[in-house]
Amino acid sequence: MKQFFAVVLLWLPLSVHAALNVFACEPEWGALAREIGGDDVKVYNATTAMQDPHRIEARPSLIAQTRRAGLVVCSGAELEVGWLPLLLRESGNAAVQPGRPGYFEATRYVTLLDKPAIVDRSQGDVHAAGNPHIQTDPRNLARVGAALAQRLGEVDPAHAAAYQARWKTFSIRWEAAIARWQQQAAPLKGMPVAVQHKSFTYLLNWLGLREVATLEPKPGVEPSLGYLAEVAARLKTSPARMVLRAAYQSPRASVWLAERADIPAVALPFTVGGAPGTDDLFGLFDVTLAELLKGAK
Amino acid sequence: MLRPTLLVAALAAAFPAFADADLDALRAELQDMKSSYEARIQSLEKRLQQAEAQAANAPAPSPASAVAAVEPAPLQETASNRFNPDISLILQGQYANLDDIEHRHITGYFPAGHDHGAARGFSLEHTELVMSASIDPYFSGYMNLALLDAEVSIEEAWFQTTGLGNGLTLRGGRFLSGLGYQNTQHPHAWDFADNNLMYRALFGEAYGNDGLQLKWVAPTELFMEFGAEAGRGANFPGTDRNKNGAGSTVLFGHLGGDVGVSHSWRAGVSYLQTKASDRDSEIDDLNDVAAETLFSGSSKAWIADFVWKWAPNGNATEQNFKFATEYFSRKEDGDLLCVDNTATGGACTDVTDRYKATQSGFYAQGVYQFMPRWRTGYRYDRLDSGSVDFGLNNAFLPVTDYAPTRHSLMLDYSPSEFSRFRLQVSQDKSMESVSENQWFVQYIHSLGSHGAHSF
Repeated sequence: MKQFFAVVLLWLPLSVHAALNVFACEPEWGALAREIGGDDVKVYNATTAMQDPHRIEARPSLIAQTRRAGLVVCSGAELEVGWLPLLLRESGNAAVQPGRPGYFEATRYVTLLDKPAIVDRSQGDVHAAGNPHIQTDPRNLARVGAALAQRLGEVDPAHAAAYQARWKTFSIRWEAAIARWQQQAAPLKGMPVAVQHKSFTYLLNWLGLREVATLEPKPGVEPSLGYLAEVAARLKTSPARMVLRAAYQSPRASVWLAERADIPAVALPFTVGGAPGTDDLFGLFDVTLAELLKGAK
Repeated sequence: MLRPTLLVAALAAAFPAFADADLDALRAELQDMKSSYEARIQSLEKRLQQAEAQAANAPAPSPASAVAAVEPAPLQETASNRFNPDISLILQGQYANLDDIEHRHITGYFPAGHDHGAARGFSLEHTELVMSASIDPYFSGYMNLALLDAEVSIEEAWFQTTGLGNGLTLRGGRFLSGLGYQNTQHPHAWDFADNNLMYRALFGEAYGNDGLQLKWVAPTELFMEFGAEAGRGANFPGTDRNKNGAGSTVLFGHLGGDVGVSHSWRAGVSYLQTKASDRDSEIDDLNDVAAETLFSGSSKAWIADFVWKWAPNGNATEQNFKFATEYFSRKEDGDLLCVDNTATGGACTDVTDRYKATQSGFYAQGVYQFMPRWRTGYRYDRLDSGSVDFGLNNAFLPVTDYAPTRHSLMLDYSPSEFSRFRLQVSQDKSMESVSENQWFVQYIHSLGSHGAHSF
């Protein structure tokens, strides 16, 4: 054991990186950090678009990465409550503990929707702070990006100017892209849709779509066939034009309902990497809008 | 209906003007959009006025438009219990169908510590009350109380540093040792209704200690964790010895990582060293009469553990599989007194002599979630009675080469993350010449804050 310790200690200086290690809880924050950080950061994404960010195991690999991180970027608003606290506790990394500059919660920089009036487990997996899936509205990413650029500069002052410069360039491109997306999305305005989980509140709010039904009876609770039949019956009186789900969600419920209601079931990427062509944030919204417009036809 | 103006306003607010000259084109484009939006808004407003005139008692505005009117504002601290600890309460109970066995034990092993064993029929298991919170920027605290009729035991009560950095954490107080894999799990987190034979033989339930734990995580991509503990050592296999200094030491190391996106693993080796003084155990002597034995000496155990988990694409929501196995080898060396029990027809005659034992065993289990909410699992337990030498007491106490085994099969259903029902069937051969079919129906519910479970 002692020899092993000695070997590890000797090897330590080699593992000191010049680039700032960024631990991103979800891929959208990883992508944003990469846009702003460029070569000055090394981004590790803790989850993929195919994983449910509510339910991640505090795997040893994640503890090891948290240990190495100089900045942890997460959604917050209790989205990662089932795993992140454990990673932080086990990592022994003082710099990324809540309250320190190395701990960044994106939801603190935007106004959260869906704040529950009653916080009780009988209401399902409710988030007391509000809906944490803020990345589906690009304007939120702009707000978070501004804060993240500043935070990166605080954590890594040597590259603060570079972070601001990259952020400036990115935000100009992003602003233009938002204008373009909004133009594209004009035909979607006021369109009624059904959603599988309350994943798209911010997207629908941004583009002015109307959410007329949720397939989950309560947040995080899988719908039974009986409940889906109820939803299908309700859709007869207030019809939806399509059923939306996130890439990581099982298609079962939305496909079943889509067949009954004779409307398309649309899988949206939800985050970076959720569909082909969504390797960065621009791709994410390009594909999201393309899918929505295809579904609306 | 007011959304377009807000959109433009939000856009304008979100993006401060930049000095760069080449932005002019963009700004012009935006200006065009603004004016076109404004024109549309005006026409929309006209239509709105007409519609309002027609329908005097229109329905309430939809939630979406109400929400859109919310202006971005800095997040406010809303929770009134911000400074209160996270509290959760775990409710557990079961129905057990068991044979009527008076002295339940594992053949070839001294009964370890406070082994409650399951009651026949309906019974309440320990109700756990857990509280945890940050103490200040430097420490966090945790407490776990196990409640049972007229009995409250402090399972854990510790503080831990959060500010040491460099991968170091120091924990102090009463805690479950970091040795092995299952040891840090409380019964509500077990995958089966009862404890595996290995932990039952080694510790009764799990090895807890009052003391200090220092842990270090290496700054490498491969997960490497090393820990050392020094503690009172009052629990089985040691005893409280009323002395200064450490009564037990534990060393452990774990490695872990991912293989692709769907597989992850952790493996480890641990070592426990402690001493006992007059450790009191009751076993049946060669006349099949209960005999009291007192052991004084050292107890050293090695434990190897391995866990492997699979979930397609790393998404455990639909399907996942978990395999866990642990192996131990324990050496005990010292003096054993078998208290005179000839009055009750026993064989022992108050003889003290050297006692030496080397024993080992393992368990292996697999748990498969085959669809959301439903899991099934199988566990195999096997212990080796090993080499046991009572010295002169060999004349009074039984030495056996029996290998206790058990097969367990379970099915559980979790309506949500916070509730679980479990059915388990076991064929228990942990006692020589007894083959017992057991079955359990169990519930585990948790109230309160959402505790994170370890790997």
